[in-house]
Amino acid sequence: MRGSEVTSREQAAWHVLRALPDPEVPVISLVELGIVRGVRLRDDGGMEVVLTPTYSGCPATEAIERSVRDALDEAGLGPVDIVLQRAPAWTTDWISGEGRAKLLQYGIAPSGRCAVAADQPIRFHATPAVGCPRCGSARTQRLSAFGSTPCKSLYRCLACAEPFEFFKPI
Amino acid sequence: MPSSTCELPLVLAPRAEYLLRIADSALIHAQRLCEWCGHGPVLEEDIALSNVALDLLGQARALLTHAGRELDRDEDQLAFLRDERGFRNLTLLERPLRRGGDFADTVLRNLLLATWLGQLWRRLQRSADAEVAAIAAKAVKESRYHEQHAGEWVVRLGDGTAESAARMQAALDRAWPDVAEMFEADAVDAAAVASGLGPSRAELRDDCMAAWRGCFAEALLKVPADTAFRSTGTRGLHSEHLGPLLAEMQVLQRGFPGGVW
Repeated sequence: MRGSEVTSREQAAWHVLRALPDPEVPVISLVELGIVRGVRLRDDGGMEVVLTPTYSGCPATEAIERSVRDALDEAGLGPVDIVLQRAPAWTTDWISGEGRAKLLQYGIAPSGRCAVAADQPIRFHATPAVGCPRCGSARTQRLSAFGSTPCKSLYRCLACAEPFEFFKPI
Repeated sequence: MPSSTCELPLVLAPRAEYLLRIADSALIHAQRLCEWCGHGPVLEEDIALSNVALDLLGQARALLTHAGRELDRDEDQLAFLRDERGFRNLTLLERPLRRGGDFADTVLRNLLLATWLGQLWRRLQRSADAEVAAIAAKAVKESRYHEQHAGEWVVRLGDGTAESAARMQAALDRAWPDVAEMFEADAVDAAAVASGLGPSRAELRDDCMAAWRGCFAEALLKVPADTAFRSTGTRGLHSEHLGPLLAEMQVLQRGFPGGVW
């Protein structure tokens, strides 16, 4: 296979993946979410897509694998093998700037850079300050540590009184 | 088509024993937490308990799959077709939780397991087994979130009303004799240390105790005195409560052997 051909197939795959929405938060793509870690062409002509799951038990993982395979097949770029790569572990730091802007626009507060070091002691009843994605106020309150999906928690704004979701920093 | 039995020797290679102890502890607690689904005291906690269960189930699946490669069994066979004697979970985690327990038992057990697993995952990130290290690197972050959430409940109830404080303390007193097993190292631990697979359980004790002492002090709870009792679930010798739990967890595979979605 010639070098340029390899590059263009890879680029075509990235193009398809950049348009593929996350099944739980369809406003952002799998690439913006940071779970597509690589696209590789094997010597035998097959394509490998490397995915890193967000949470150990995320029920969307299997749906994501399927949608990646289907989309690349449909674009004529198959056959595709999905490689689940656990290390390094996914972190919200991998959500792209564009992805963060889209989340905010959608009404989900993106997490800040993952500041909590694993070795810092846990402080109880200390919740991160989160700005309201709708009115921008910092006067917000956590309603629930867990939310509608494993990756989010639930807040409300005390200024505009709207509830909103927050992408948990991990 | 999966086979309908999962007969394994009573004693496995130390490596499999070590991994199953962790995987089964996560799995059995996830199953206990599922009993809360739809029964949480408030909607937010119902969601929280299911989310914690989901993370634990994910961790268990990854480890069962990994351990199963050497046992020539898949995750489903290991979860749904082993008999009581084949499970290696901590006895604490199989004891009744929602049914016949108190909400205080649930928040306390969540804390105890999250701290213990957190300390274990932290060290397993340096495992000589790359897959175990990768599973741990993901799970350590989840355990931290669980520990934070569970600890907040323990503080809230312990430093709450006279009624909630008494029930939180009673839950701690009830659980404490089983906690010793979390740090009771044996030959399996020694083999894991020797091969670089992971730490001995005994090594987790100081860090776990430090975390709990901090939380219990904030919660105005008294750390109970240690007892001579030693539970033995991680060696496959269980209380009377695991059998009925498995009956519920495994009923579909037992009723429809080899059934798949």
